[in-house]
Amino acid sequence: MDNETRSLLHKPGFVLKGVPHAEGIGLTLVDIGEGTALLKVPYADHLVGDPETRVVHGGVVTSLLDNACGVAVSSRTKQFGNIATLDLRIDYMRPATPDLDIFAWTECYRATKSIAFVRGVAFHTDKSDPIASCTAAFMLGTTDARKAKTP
Amino acid sequence: MTPRDILKAAAESNVKPDLTALLETIPYAKYLGIRVDRKGTEITTILPFARHLIGNPVLPALHGGVVGGFLETTAIMQVIFEAGATEMPRPVDINIDYLRSGRPVDTFARAIITKQGRRVINVHAQAWQEEHDRPIATLRGHMLMPEA
Repeated sequence: MDNETRSLLHKPGFVLKGVPHAEGIGLTLVDIGEGTALLKVPYADHLVGDPETRVVHGGVVTSLLDNACGVAVSSRTKQFGNIATLDLRIDYMRPATPDLDIFAWTECYRATKSIAFVRGVAFHTDKSDPIASCTAAFMLGTTDARKAKTP
Repeated sequence: MTPRDILKAAAESNVKPDLTALLETIPYAKYLGIRVDRKGTEITTILPFARHLIGNPVLPALHGGVVGGFLETTAIMQVIFEAGATEMPRPVDINIDYLRSGRPVDTFARAIITKQGRRVINVHAQAWQEEHDRPIATLRGHMLMPEA
């Protein structure tokens, strides 16, 4: 990861610090490359979807993957506040294991002037044994953000 | 009480499960603050706005994952209500289309079952805010009914 990306990612209010929902579920950035991102959500009681099995709620995986896809897009396009998820498809391969942290590895494999394409997986320890996989498309240079953009 | 207790009790007495009680047993649904409103057979889920749901503090806008998780919960509630499940249905895949940014206000959602197969249910959910006809996101997904 280059210094430009690194400094952009540490702008106050960006990515994870200062994003209330990301902070609420404990989302942290583990690693970032040119168009790739690795994020982690630690296991926590308030994230459980089924109290009997203690498996994390699917919505937590959705938040993790959506956010990780966004970070991958930002790392490739250097656009930060003004990207928006167009669509997100998630395939759930198996339930998450209780007490284990969940990681998401995402890759922005193509970006045009206005659209970025991303794919990723959520897993515990092994990317080839995923909990879920996803594909997403993001819009770049969204108008709303441009209007609201702070100098 | 677990979700299973509530579903089994409802099935045994041949009544619709109490979705409010069911949501109370699901920690992440409680954390998001999801509520449910039932009028006859029509189920509407409600996500009251709260600061911890924000994903873009600049706009500000709801986190895409929050909207997705809310729609997924809506779909699961509809499946439970209509299909008479005694176990929690499991999502197989979901497709979310984000149509508008989720503004910092209350969000509502409803779901319909588009096809009920023997083991897999196809479900469609839609979320809106001030205007029902201006949805902010839609979800299409498949749920697997665990074998009893």
